[in-house]
Amino acid sequence: MRVGVVTFPGSLDDVDAVRAVRLAGHEAQPLWHGDADLRGVDAVVLPGGFSYGDYLRAGAISRFAPVMTEVVAAAGRGMPVLGICNGFQILTESHLLPGALIRNHHRKFICRDQALVIENTATAWTSGYRTGEEVTVVLKNGEGAFAADEQTLDRLEGEGRVVARYVGNPNGSMRDIAGVTNERGNVVGLMPHPEHAVEEGYGPGVAGLGFFTSLLETVAS
Amino acid sequence: MTSALDTVAVAASDPDRTQPWAELGLKEDEYARIREILGRRPTSSELAMYSVMWSEHCSYKSSKVHLKQFGELSQETPVGKMLAGIGENAGVIDIGHGYAVTFKVESHNHPSYVEPYQGAATGIGGIVRDILAMGARPVAVMDPLRFGPLDAPDTHRVLPGIVAGVGGYGNCLGLPNIGGEAVFDASYAGNPLVNALCVGVLRHEDLHLAKASGVGNQVILYGARTGGDGIGGVSVLASETFSEDGPAKRPSVQVGDPFMEKLLIECTLELFAAGVVAGIQDLGGAGLSCATSELASAGEGGMHVELERVPLRDSTLSPEEILMSESQERMMAVVEPADVDKFLAICAKWDVEATVVGEVTDSGRLHVDWHGERVVDVPPRTVAHEGPTYQRPFARPDSQDALQADRAEALPRPATGDELRATLLQLLGSPNLCDKSWITDQYDRYVRGNTALAQPEDAGMIRVDEETGLGVAVSTDCNGRFALLDPYAGAQLALAESYRNVSVAGATPLAISDCLNFGSPEEPGVMWQFAEACRGLKDACAELGIPVTGGNVSLYNSTGDTAILPTPVVAVLGVIDDVESRTRAGFAAADEVVVLLGETREELSGGEWAHVAHGHVGGLPPRVDLAAERSLGELLAQARGVVTSAHDLSDGGLAQALAESVLRHGVGATVAVPGDAFVSLFSESVARALVTVTVDDLPRLQELAERHGVPLTQLGATGGDSLVIAGLSQTAAPESVTFSIPVSELRETWTSTLPAILDA
Repeated sequence: MRVGVVTFPGSLDDVDAVRAVRLAGHEAQPLWHGDADLRGVDAVVLPGGFSYGDYLRAGAISRFAPVMTEVVAAAGRGMPVLGICNGFQILTESHLLPGALIRNHHRKFICRDQALVIENTATAWTSGYRTGEEVTVVLKNGEGAFAADEQTLDRLEGEGRVVARYVGNPNGSMRDIAGVTNERGNVVGLMPHPEHAVEEGYGPGVAGLGFFTSLLETVAS
Repeated sequence: MTSALDTVAVAASDPDRTQPWAELGLKEDEYARIREILGRRPTSSELAMYSVMWSEHCSYKSSKVHLKQFGELSQETPVGKMLAGIGENAGVIDIGHGYAVTFKVESHNHPSYVEPYQGAATGIGGIVRDILAMGARPVAVMDPLRFGPLDAPDTHRVLPGIVAGVGGYGNCLGLPNIGGEAVFDASYAGNPLVNALCVGVLRHEDLHLAKASGVGNQVILYGARTGGDGIGGVSVLASETFSEDGPAKRPSVQVGDPFMEKLLIECTLELFAAGVVAGIQDLGGAGLSCATSELASAGEGGMHVELERVPLRDSTLSPEEILMSESQERMMAVVEPADVDKFLAICAKWDVEATVVGEVTDSGRLHVDWHGERVVDVPPRTVAHEGPTYQRPFARPDSQDALQADRAEALPRPATGDELRATLLQLLGSPNLCDKSWITDQYDRYVRGNTALAQPEDAGMIRVDEETGLGVAVSTDCNGRFALLDPYAGAQLALAESYRNVSVAGATPLAISDCLNFGSPEEPGVMWQFAEACRGLKDACAELGIPVTGGNVSLYNSTGDTAILPTPVVAVLGVIDDVESRTRAGFAAADEVVVLLGETREELSGGEWAHVAHGHVGGLPPRVDLAAERSLGELLAQARGVVTSAHDLSDGGLAQALAESVLRHGVGATVAVPGDAFVSLFSESVARALVTVTVDDLPRLQELAERHGVPLTQLGATGGDSLVIAGLSQTAAPESVTFSIPVSELRETWTSTLPAILDA
């Protein structure tokens, strides 16, 4: 598959996302924020970082990038889209996903190895996992606490749209939510970083690779 | 500053005007020398330039007579040549396969005391631009930090701000923070140290130097706009001692924008790749004064700048202020006329503002005009490279003999198993030896996906080449108490510890960079410490066959009359042919043999036990043994794949190394330490490491140790959920002592110290 990785001004984990895509057996296609062109990719990753310095509000400026018009349209047609960390923030700002990411309750940036439980294995990005599987990836953020109103949280849980929950809430995320998906299951936002857990020796194991290899199974099925 | 424009013509026609040279930090004889160089009084713009460039921070006027001995060292590393050395923005060394690395450690101490967050943040920003200016992609940062006592009220203002600043800036740049230090001592209470290190990687052919050559080439300023921040920061902040009743200096601290710096990094690397950069310099301390004079001075000697073209954040800035401004995130490039359009187009792609502000000339002069009127006309070398040089008087303090005679070896010691157990836990939970993850968890250590080792490992390690696994390891260290007791040996011990940390990871040490933090050079005793430390470093480098690639000096680190502990922080960089073969610290599995490498002597002075248990500093530091360090390093490089873990012995001695090794993966150990248990556990003798090896591989390790002449002692075995230590106590009458500490108790003691105080 050809998987696009968008670089915004201030994207940081784009090189990591490209490596993860490659290690999962896909072809990585760099995409530029200023080009309203997805270059024929089959899926898109919005990587972590501090796009536009997180000025105004994390993700709030990036949602207006020309490439996002195309991403939103493609997501509407069912294209798999994964937003990691800042990419998740951009997806909520773009209203592709519900809720918001707010400042961690301890008000500090935190970087640590983090265990998650995968709850929804029906999405394009998690079909390779077992329901209830515990995976350890990297958590690193300052504004990573998932927040939504009670009604939205109830709906997300009721519809099985909580993709992953934290084992040990690191930042005050409501109902321990680490990631969510849209109704269709093609758009996933994840606050922790699976792309930092794809190569033995350079992160906490390789449990994050499944997010990228799941894509193949999605398309194959 | 005067309100009417002070031009060269005005200066000539009004030669006797009184000028504020003293307020700008110049001494009377320095001002006289400027007048002599120019043959007239300087204009106010020229005075601004000279004052910042001749400050201690920029000119190294007190230190350079001592630093120049580093240039006498061989400019070769154990594996290749130094491609750029002292005097460049950062030294560059060959690591093979066509790759080179550049690294440097620099101080941002005084700004970080005034405004902890921004001071620390811009410290990271400044060192990253130094590395970038060499043509390298910055790939990692480290932060050696020193604070006052953990329980001092001001530490609660300073530490969280500094840590948030280091993280806030570095995280936003996408640079992994792979190590550093956090050390607490009363002498830093009014003068914390924020040193910042950056490592960069480049291909040999990408090396860029800071010089303006090629008459007619255009001078382009790009990056952030110039504002009023940091004006006089260098001369006012870095070269004066804080006093209780001094004026508020907050406006002199720069404010950082890491997002702009990230754009600047990517933009600059694309400019290099496009081949449109003939010369480049970052703007840091002394801003445009430094960049223009250094570029011109290193090139063909002439530059013409039209200062009103400089894009401003504040349109009311005077030419003097524009020349002195230390606004962050700016770079200056020299570009061939035919490449200017391409240069500007790449900047536009990254939304980075770029402006042609001048050109290279053959006049031999630096000319700066302000709306057509000449405000600067100086020989650039006199600003940049021919500043004042002081032979500061130095003398060994009379008190040094008494200090050295007051030996920690004479202090009362724990003897029983219970006392030894309590001492181990007291040290383990002390501020200098406790878990630092309250700090390091605020730093991204994973970004870019090449971090092979990061804190709490002894050294940070970065994969350079994904094909071959070629990588580099870096460590920074310094025990300031050792340097106080004997600055010559103390500097060597800082180097030795850093060298050892790189070695235990399996890398081969290649070169050092240093950040020499000392008190006031106007005090002969401090100057003696500085001179001795430089001499010690030079001699140690000569013996180990590694060069000094560059560094930084920070003086006037004192509050009132109290100087900080002399703190020559030494960073050692090593190379490893394949990071996959690296050795990690910590016991990873049960039933492995625990082995001590190296020789333990009764050396307690200046160590953590004396500091924590007695609040004592006195005596002579551990004996330096560089030959033993080298043998140990060679052994550890060859023992990759033989040993299953390796951890250096330093602060807190064997006791601390055992506790940390157990804590890493929660695997316990049962050991019998040789000789007197207290000395064995708490001595800080050099050239030692704690390693594990499987029973099957023990003979191979023994054979290697014998070949390298490294003493080897089997201590015991890993396993269980406690650290069990047995030994002899000879303090009273010889008797055997044994004590046991559950891993859970070790962990609670180790991890609770910083949160208990900093989250309170």
